[in-house]
Amino acid sequence: MLEITDLHVSIEEREVLHDINLTIGDGETHVMMGPNGSGKTTLLRTIMGFAGNEVTAGTIVFNGEDVTRMPLHERAKRGMGMLYQRPPTIAGLKLGKLLDVTAKDRADRIPALAEELNMDRFLDRDVNAGFSGGEIKRSEVLQLLVQDPSFVMLDEPESGVDLENISLIGNATARLLEKDQHIVHRTKSGLIITHTGYILDYIDADYGHVLCDGVFKCHGNPREILKSIKTHGYQECIECQRM
Amino acid sequence: MPADVGELKDLSEEDRTRLALAGLNVEMEERSGSFFQVDQEIRHVHSGTEGIEVLPIAEALLKYDWLKDYSWKAVDKDKDRFTQFVAKQETQQGFVIIARKGAKAIYPLQACLYLADAKVQYVHNIVIAEEGAELHLISGCVSGAQTKSGAHIGVTEIYVGKNARVTSTMIHNWSASISVYPRSASIIEEGGVFLSNYVCMQPVRHIDMNPTATLRGKDAVARFSSVVVGLPGSTLDLGSRALLQAPGSSAELVSRMITRGGTIISRGEIRGEVPGTKGHIECKGLILKDGMIHAIPEIAGLVVDTELSHEAAVGRIARDEIEYLMSRGLDEETATATIIRGFLDVKIRGLPELLQRQIDAAIDSAEAGF
Repeated sequence: MLEITDLHVSIEEREVLHDINLTIGDGETHVMMGPNGSGKTTLLRTIMGFAGNEVTAGTIVFNGEDVTRMPLHERAKRGMGMLYQRPPTIAGLKLGKLLDVTAKDRADRIPALAEELNMDRFLDRDVNAGFSGGEIKRSEVLQLLVQDPSFVMLDEPESGVDLENISLIGNATARLLEKDQHIVHRTKSGLIITHTGYILDYIDADYGHVLCDGVFKCHGNPREILKSIKTHGYQECIECQRM
Repeated sequence: MPADVGELKDLSEEDRTRLALAGLNVEMEERSGSFFQVDQEIRHVHSGTEGIEVLPIAEALLKYDWLKDYSWKAVDKDKDRFTQFVAKQETQQGFVIIARKGAKAIYPLQACLYLADAKVQYVHNIVIAEEGAELHLISGCVSGAQTKSGAHIGVTEIYVGKNARVTSTMIHNWSASISVYPRSASIIEEGGVFLSNYVCMQPVRHIDMNPTATLRGKDAVARFSSVVVGLPGSTLDLGSRALLQAPGSSAELVSRMITRGGTIISRGEIRGEVPGTKGHIECKGLILKDGMIHAIPEIAGLVVDTELSHEAAVGRIARDEIEYLMSRGLDEETATATIIRGFLDVKIRGLPELLQRQIDAAIDSAEAGF
């Protein structure tokens, strides 16, 4: 699905990601942890193709195609999707209208999906305007379900979400990643940033990665990594010389 | 422009389309009445609603002596050289609409002022909604496809009686060489509601208007909305004023502007003259390509307990908003057009589908990379 090789990324001429290597197979879910400012969101935004994240070396290959220099929307069309931690507010643009534009021939699914995510009341509201933390995440998940990407990047899906909403979002996210499908039939993949690991109660992740100061410090079982971080903090990861 | 234009439906296909773009239905479908004036000649007057009368002003002034109490009372004859010009004309042209007490029109009345060959078209209109009456006016001001130049001066006086409701939607479809000087004013009595909507998505050489609503009765409401596009060569000096003169009265002035090379001056003024009044001005502009937007919102509170506010913003479309939509699979042009379409989405009642398509086309033609 995704293969990142020797990737270096700079923002405003300062390198923030160094020599990143990451392979995500079909149907796999990976989680990424790391202290604030370690470059997790930058990596997601670079994979997605946002301006301002300059790839100075290395490649991003998506489904066998080199997308390193490909425009953002072309990557989205090829099946990448992203859940934002803090999406922008778009004054005047109704959520329902945005879903219609992005759904294309899948627009008939919108009402049922909106109801499922308890967002049907929000279709006439301006995108993200005055939405609470939980409403923003529900809106994001709804947009992704309509977009139906094959590779989903989730930037802290549980942040700012109360306990009631977390199961709704967790279950919907699991659906995005076809967790309801047998592993043999599952083709959708994901890369999830999490601090708390709450999302892991809904999504069985296959691999975990720790990013510190723009460098991968650890790869392994996501629950074990999380447990270790909860006990010892990130200092151990920063000092770790294993990789 | 052929000289033998009679009824609306006798116009050429091209001109009928131009009328439709200004919200006018030549087949009179879903219209409760109409008034059609070409240059200085009145061609068609009709009302299909009981209790609502539409007639040429000259005739109305002869028929109803009391009408003089409404003529040049909301608009001052000596306001400026344009009102003076209209006032000094021997025969007044234009329409008078009278909605009698309690009369209600379901469909809008349409008024079409068509500038063909005349150098100057001038009209004086009076709209009276008596107590409890409801009236929806859609006026399209259009110049013929072949009209090369000219000026339109329109004086409109609107009287909204006690608990009456008047909506006025004006759609301009001029040519790049026409100058337009509407001079209108409204007086709103107790519990009356006046909604004024203005749309101009077409080129015009110069337009200058700043209608005033005087909220004279308790709990009167005025709301002005405008959506305009400034195209290269156009200067749009637009505004609206609300004078809150009775307790409980309120006003809202909302404008959305985009420029692609034109000059737009957006004025808004609310004066809170007595306690218990409220007003808000919202003025938002996007500069897509060249051009200028000068927003001048003014609020004046003259007493304790008047609540007035304004917000004005002029800028460009934020990059992160465009990228947000691109990450959902839209190309940059579609993402930009979608955001602009949302930006212009001020709900305007009675907007025909044809005009909606015209607005969409204007937006779609906006280029990427703003």
